[in-house]
Amino acid sequence: MLGESLTVRDLRICATPPGGEERIIVNDIGFALAPGEVLALIGESGSGKTTIALAMLGYARSGCRIAGGSVQLGDTDVLSLNPKETRALRGHRVAYIAQSAAAAFNPSRTLMDQVIEGALIHGVMSRQEARQKAVSLFHDLALPEPDHIGERYPHQVSGGQLQRVMAAMALITDPALVILDEPTTALDVTTQIEVLRAFKQVMRERGTTAIYVSHDLAVVAQMADQVLVLQNGETQEHNTTARILAQPAHAYTRSLLAAARPHEHLSPVRGRPGAELLDIDDLQVGYGARNAQGRPANVVLEHINLHLTSGQALGVIGESGSGKSTLARAVAGLVAPSHGAIQFDRRELSTTLRGRTPEQFRRIQMVFQSADNALNPAHSVQRLLNRPLETYFNLDRRARRARVEELMDLVKLPRHLLERKPGELSGGQKQRINLARALAARPDLILCDEVTSALDTVVGAAILELLVELRRELGVAYLFISHDISTVRSLCDDVMVLYQGQCVESGPCRQVLDTPQHDYTRRLIGSVPELRQGWLESRPPRSETAATMA
Amino acid sequence: MSKLVLGRLSSSLLTLFLVSLVIFAITSLLPGDTAQQILGQFATPEQLAALRVEMGLDQPALWRYWHWLSGFVTGDLGMSASNGMPVAQLMNDRLPNSLLLAAITTAISVPVALTMGLVAAMRRGGNVDRALNVVTLSMVAVPEFLVATIAVLIFAVHLGWLPALSYVSTVESFGDFMRIYAMPVLTLCCVLIAQMARMTRAALIDQLDSAYVEMARLKGVPPMRRVLRHALPNAVGPIANAVALSLSYLLGGVIIVETIFNYPGIASLMVDAVSNRDLALVQACAMLFCGAYLILVMAADLCAILSNPRLRNR
Repeated sequence: MLGESLTVRDLRICATPPGGEERIIVNDIGFALAPGEVLALIGESGSGKTTIALAMLGYARSGCRIAGGSVQLGDTDVLSLNPKETRALRGHRVAYIAQSAAAAFNPSRTLMDQVIEGALIHGVMSRQEARQKAVSLFHDLALPEPDHIGERYPHQVSGGQLQRVMAAMALITDPALVILDEPTTALDVTTQIEVLRAFKQVMRERGTTAIYVSHDLAVVAQMADQVLVLQNGETQEHNTTARILAQPAHAYTRSLLAAARPHEHLSPVRGRPGAELLDIDDLQVGYGARNAQGRPANVVLEHINLHLTSGQALGVIGESGSGKSTLARAVAGLVAPSHGAIQFDRRELSTTLRGRTPEQFRRIQMVFQSADNALNPAHSVQRLLNRPLETYFNLDRRARRARVEELMDLVKLPRHLLERKPGELSGGQKQRINLARALAARPDLILCDEVTSALDTVVGAAILELLVELRRELGVAYLFISHDISTVRSLCDDVMVLYQGQCVESGPCRQVLDTPQHDYTRRLIGSVPELRQGWLESRPPRSETAATMA
Repeated sequence: MSKLVLGRLSSSLLTLFLVSLVIFAITSLLPGDTAQQILGQFATPEQLAALRVEMGLDQPALWRYWHWLSGFVTGDLGMSASNGMPVAQLMNDRLPNSLLLAAITTAISVPVALTMGLVAAMRRGGNVDRALNVVTLSMVAVPEFLVATIAVLIFAVHLGWLPALSYVSTVESFGDFMRIYAMPVLTLCCVLIAQMARMTRAALIDQLDSAYVEMARLKGVPPMRRVLRHALPNAVGPIANAVALSLSYLLGGVIIVETIFNYPGIASLMVDAVSNRDLALVQACAMLFCGAYLILVMAADLCAILSNPRLRNR
């Protein structure tokens, strides 16, 4: 089956929150795709992009309902089908690729079983044919051991591979329309580029019409012919990808573009070098039983050397599993290193929390990735910020109150939010509170663990700006952990690249990122999608040896 | 996987050993001893002392424990103090009755409970779910002696269809069998079905809300297949545990049913033994119940391991 045309008119979707009144979450959406065309739905979380994408399958999540409009695929009116006809459509003519492949595969059944299930249910082909087709798709999608990978269970393959297996599951029936819902968001950039390449190739060969949901404009630029920019469930702008990139008409589109471009303007001026603050010498961290030499069974980090002067910002980049979070946790005292020493302000830091002085606790603060998990949902903002003040400083009520208000000013939040609970704040506001809580201790060093990763690009960019400003004003040093090179580039003086627990390259940010010496650094930098069409095609395919490395 | 199973097995044996210690300690703490019980309150101290020496009751507790445990392992459960018969023979007379009642109840309650839980989970929030919810909740809430008494009132007293007492020895035909077992089984089923159905529903709903079931739905998988092929295999672990916990009740916990219907089972044997201070019999019964419980829980663990490829392929 080749791609079919898709026309959506006046789509409206309503949601009823538990115990609340029904409200419109997607309003008046319309677009038309010729066979084989790809449309990108782009917008921040909560903009309704997944809801719209699911409506193409005639599906609304529980609590939502498709209230009006039409979805015309070829000559089928999708929204007017009865349940049986809808089932016959799904997984046959329209297929869905979910964001998290790890969650979308049934953990107790083999991959092959799940890949061919749709084809068998719809009676498109025999089991034997379906298996052969699946194996050939595994080949096309550049999966390792394509003949046997189907015998494995989901937990036995990596995230990037699972995402490609899901693409095979979607394409097995040669659908006319494929919905890709942030299919690479959960992947490392080095994996993402491979998955994008595989997706693009198989979809182009089959002439599949597709809808690509994403919040990342640079990725969208590689995949889509048209872009529809969403905010609060309404269309802000709809145009061809080239025009959106070249001449964004809407202010919101421009802010998305600005957030997606490297923020060179943020790059701080390097001040005079301060006093020695943090000194790490030949650090090794691991878990599991230790052997006679004291080496743990699983080494997460090894041979790490690091120097940080006061007021300096050091970026640590690497993909998931490279040990970058473990480094922050070792400095914070949450994991004990098996070898090496950490010195803070020229004094040895105890490897465990128990051995550290209150003053050391105060001077080293950590900000976690997810403010949702790091802030106690039962406490008000006031109480959250009061806690470190009570712990570290001997202040009376008035002084504490004044300090809390000062902190709110520092992170640029209005004071009336003090009475709110974290659940009543937006993602960006929560991350600011998370930051203010660390600042309350007047620290010399803040460990930032992926502080912008969970945020939308525009919100994340604002947090980054705040970090730069705080550093300028307070002279605090950062150990900034990120997988996103552009955030490191805009905030940090120096950078350290981690790969499989080892430091492969380190030095001044400009020098390392502009003239990378190590192969992995080059690959990491080269994998970050650029905001121009044709970038994906311009990248050389990864060699076989590099492919097996990941 | 075999490592995992061996681990479970050895921890079960360890538990059984610890339980034997506790049982022995507690029965030793009971006021009055077997010699006192046998001779009655008019015995002279000399008679008591003589009997204690004869029965070995004057030996240190640890030695007696060792004696009891080694006898237990070799199949010698000791003599019943109250009627002088071997404990093994007493239990032999009763155990088949209990096992039969348990087997019939299991055969009826497990399929019914699983079906009810499944239907309720599939029709979540609908009328069927709400009706089943009310039924199971009231089944849990009503005590079994009330169910049994009402059943006797209706079926034995008013309608006269069934005998009020279960004389197992009078069974001659299949019809007799049905009549005698109908009410005890009905009463037990009421309690068990409600618990198991609710646990099944909860475990299934947990899985039905997961992303992979939504994915199956978006592949066009029909509802029945979504539940049976996708959700159920991942819910086997919690369901098996709920079933095991419910069934473990069928050996030792059915005293009320056995008493009301005068059914000669093992639970009433133990209660009699306690009131007669027949320590050897109490200990043997307690060990039996504990052993049965451990076997059921281990079977449930095995189900959970087998249904999970992560554990199975280790």
